[in-house]
Amino acid sequence: MENASLFVILVSSILVNNFVLSRFLGICPFLGVSKQVDTAIGMGLAVTFVMTLSGIFTYFIQYFVLVPLHLEYLQTIAFILVIASLVQFVEIVLQKTSPTLYQALGVFLPLITTNCAVLGLALLNIQYEFNLIQTVVHSVGGALGFSLAIILFAGIREKQVIADVPLPFQGFPIALITASLMSIAFLGFTGLV
Amino acid sequence: MNVTNIITSGATLSVMGLAFGAALAFASQKFAVEVDPKTVLIREALPGANCGGCGFPGCDQFANAVASGNAPVNGCPVGGASCASALAEIMGVNAEVGVKKVAYVICKGGDDKCRTTFKYEGITDCRAAAMVAGGGKSCAFGCLGYGTCERVCPFDAIHVTNDGLAIVDPEKCTACGKCVEACPKTVITYVPYGQQVIVNCNNKEKGPQVKKNCDVSCIACGICEKNCPFDAIHVTNNLASIDYEKCTSCMICTEKCPTKCISGDLSQRKKALIEPEKCIGCTLCKRVCPTEAITGELKEVHVVDPEKCIGCGECVKKCPKDAIKMV
Repeated sequence: MENASLFVILVSSILVNNFVLSRFLGICPFLGVSKQVDTAIGMGLAVTFVMTLSGIFTYFIQYFVLVPLHLEYLQTIAFILVIASLVQFVEIVLQKTSPTLYQALGVFLPLITTNCAVLGLALLNIQYEFNLIQTVVHSVGGALGFSLAIILFAGIREKQVIADVPLPFQGFPIALITASLMSIAFLGFTGLV
Repeated sequence: MNVTNIITSGATLSVMGLAFGAALAFASQKFAVEVDPKTVLIREALPGANCGGCGFPGCDQFANAVASGNAPVNGCPVGGASCASALAEIMGVNAEVGVKKVAYVICKGGDDKCRTTFKYEGITDCRAAAMVAGGGKSCAFGCLGYGTCERVCPFDAIHVTNDGLAIVDPEKCTACGKCVEACPKTVITYVPYGQQVIVNCNNKEKGPQVKKNCDVSCIACGICEKNCPFDAIHVTNNLASIDYEKCTSCMICTEKCPTKCISGDLSQRKKALIEPEKCIGCTLCKRVCPTEAITGELKEVHVVDPEKCIGCGECVKKCPKDAIKMV
């Protein structure tokens, strides 16, 4: 992936290596807040926001703090610290500066604090040895992939509410089956990049 | 083991933690948003069951609504009067304490009273049973007794008895409405707490049909309506219903009902008693009594005939001297 072009990284992170459907990261918000398209869009926005910011931030932490000190093995714990603080910080600032955006994202922001997709992205950025621009592209791509998956899924689940689902499958069982079918569908993108 | 490794890693994480902590502390000071202190106080005064009985998703949202004046202080059915007065104090208004309501199953047609059309052997759940040709009971409106309400009740207030009827414990019931919502037969309704005289039938079919199916059913004969001295009971849609605002629990309808489907314990019926030393003989009570149970001449002490008295309490309301008591 070292010499991968930015476009390839973008397509790969949105479709081929979709965070939810191929890497199975961030399943909890994927199932938890996908009952309505509106909330799914809110969640997608919040994730995009946080993923991009945390991708950039963790890049700096990695290459300006951990690497010079030879502490690369502290990645995970340091990144968790960074992401959690960052989300809290953003939440506080948003609440003051933009109450409307806070209302829209409000419920979802704290949920992302410990989201594995966000942490996974930060760790993958380092693993692939991306530079700063590649990191940003990969973060935005990953977040867009997450949003795409959750919004599509929410659209299907909205239809499922009025569908005649057998009682034992109502609710989460059918949602999980749907998710797995979507995952198989996304498998079709393998080999695109 | 390299001690410096431990020290540098520990120190780095501590410094990072401190830096982020300081940044957050600074941000929370700098960007502090003032929250209405009333909201916090109200939230603390609420029971916190998050049952949704108030119509809001949870106690937090209700507290917000009360603080901003969008919900009444007595809006919490679980907290009751004490909670309403606590909220009223926080908001600085007077609480209009509403009458506490409780859920009540308006069906007394248990297994021994109500016929069955077939034996239902499916899942023990009323909603499932109701889908199978209405659930085996010959009465399409009655309680099925498979305990769906019992399972949804968060307060352990409703139970199915041995004869296949759900009974609400009024002491535990908070009128949250979960059972009312869950019941496929809509046989659960709200009655004022302590109300004794209740029509225990939900069947809106015509009299003969109802009578064939169940022994304790309202056959819409209208006897209760004719006998009620207070215009509190009416037959609509082949079913008697009581206006609890007007009902004085005199239990005349209970006595007269030919199918005994109106509840009320006659032994608990109160009797009016006139205190001779206070009575001035104004005859007001005598005139208001619906059963002519009070006798006495003008300016003489009046007497209540306990045999005729139905305990409606009308005379107590009228007496200008507070000379009448219900015992």
